[in-house]
Amino acid sequence: MAELKLPADEKTIRALKVGDFVELSGRMITGRDAAHKWLVEAHRDEVAPYLADSVIYHCGPVVAKTEDGGWKFVAAGPTTSIREEPYQADVICSYRLRGVIGKGGMGKKTLDGLARGGAVYLHAIGGAAQVLAAAVTRVERVFMLEEFGVPEALWVIQVERFPVVVSMDSHGGSLHDEVEAASKSRLEELLARG
Amino acid sequence: MAAEPSRVETFVELIRRASVDLPADIEGALQAGRKAEAAGSLAERALGTVLDNVAMARDLSSPICQDTGTPVVWVHHPAGVSTRRLEEDFVEAVRQATARSFLRPNAVDTLTGKNTGHGTGRGIPYLHFEEWDHDRIEVRMILKGGGSENCGAQYKLPDGKLKAGRDLEGVRRAVLDAVFQAQGKGCAPGVLGVCIGGDRVSAFSESKHQLLRPLADVNPLPELAALEARILDEANTLGIGPMGFGGQTTLIGVKIGVLDRLPACYFVTVSYMCWADRRAGVSIDSGGQATWLS
Repeated sequence: MAELKLPADEKTIRALKVGDFVELSGRMITGRDAAHKWLVEAHRDEVAPYLADSVIYHCGPVVAKTEDGGWKFVAAGPTTSIREEPYQADVICSYRLRGVIGKGGMGKKTLDGLARGGAVYLHAIGGAAQVLAAAVTRVERVFMLEEFGVPEALWVIQVERFPVVVSMDSHGGSLHDEVEAASKSRLEELLARG
Repeated sequence: MAAEPSRVETFVELIRRASVDLPADIEGALQAGRKAEAAGSLAERALGTVLDNVAMARDLSSPICQDTGTPVVWVHHPAGVSTRRLEEDFVEAVRQATARSFLRPNAVDTLTGKNTGHGTGRGIPYLHFEEWDHDRIEVRMILKGGGSENCGAQYKLPDGKLKAGRDLEGVRRAVLDAVFQAQGKGCAPGVLGVCIGGDRVSAFSESKHQLLRPLADVNPLPELAALEARILDEANTLGIGPMGFGGQTTLIGVKIGVLDRLPACYFVTVSYMCWADRRAGVSIDSGGQATWLS
């Protein structure tokens, strides 16, 4: 299985294809509902450097304070991504994002945005909150904690060998579309059988 | 009135057990699913991560999933026991379990959008009470996450689009459609709790109650036992697989209950439970002694 270092350039990301299993190492940032709305309302210069050539993780973590006044991720699985569909393509293109991590896949607008911006959708294992929290080695800083609260804040984190599957690539490929189409024709067979 | 500390403590432990560990039959079914998937496939790897995660959560006594769900609770009690006090104790236990990070603060005020911060709120948790002839109290619960809850569905038969009439063949068609609609979004492989009949409320309640049955439990009604087995087999040929990555393990269980209905109504109600099928139970004797149920 391939290791993908973050930050990553466009060429590396365009080489990824649907079905690739990769492990991410380096710096990424979390963001979910409130964060996506906020990122498109205005260009957020303070956060932009953390998004450029990196990935955003749809995650509302459980965190704990450490003794030295820092933070630790306690449970950190992915949340359902489709809620960010109205915003995601804009966030990808205006912040030069190289990837989105979440679960459940996303729609056509995002798929087009991935192709246009040179980015991928990375599916993490839903519910694997302990395995994924263990891959978060350090919490660097946090944006909008006061305003958004813990689950919705933008957490800048360092990860090591964070496991994901490329389920939407930058060439229009979507594992979700493939599986849905195949399961639809199988369902029709089953219903025809009676 | 002060809650009885020992009973609250027992309920906190019940909640902890539900949140940090899976019942043996569920874990076994996930292991069997992993073996059934092709070596090196995305499906096999997904189930491998799931099983590693279950073991880690158990060892760390930390939640399997960060969405610790809604506690849904069924209580059997002897005559004369105050259900009001039982409910107060359980609500207090949810608050304590949340403070101790066995649960995420998971109750949001629907009007203001503010998290209540302590895991309880209007309608959360909710408990069902039933009196019985034994002198012990039995409490069984599930933790049902939001991603899977969003995949629940209620069909009204006949359904012209599905060509589903008011018979068990119509039920089969509706349930298979629900599995297709869910794809991997409910964190497959899932367990289905189904209710045929009832009204819109009683049916969803019974569909969740079905989730208390162990996977190996055989339906006492032979026609429903046959339907459960058939739907399970057929759903696993849809190719949706773990997380919707494709594969053979789309469901690990189908449990179907039946309620009588009004002449005008024929509902098929499906509750989708994610792979993190967290259920737990405890029996409390008249002296307050707890015995954990599998």
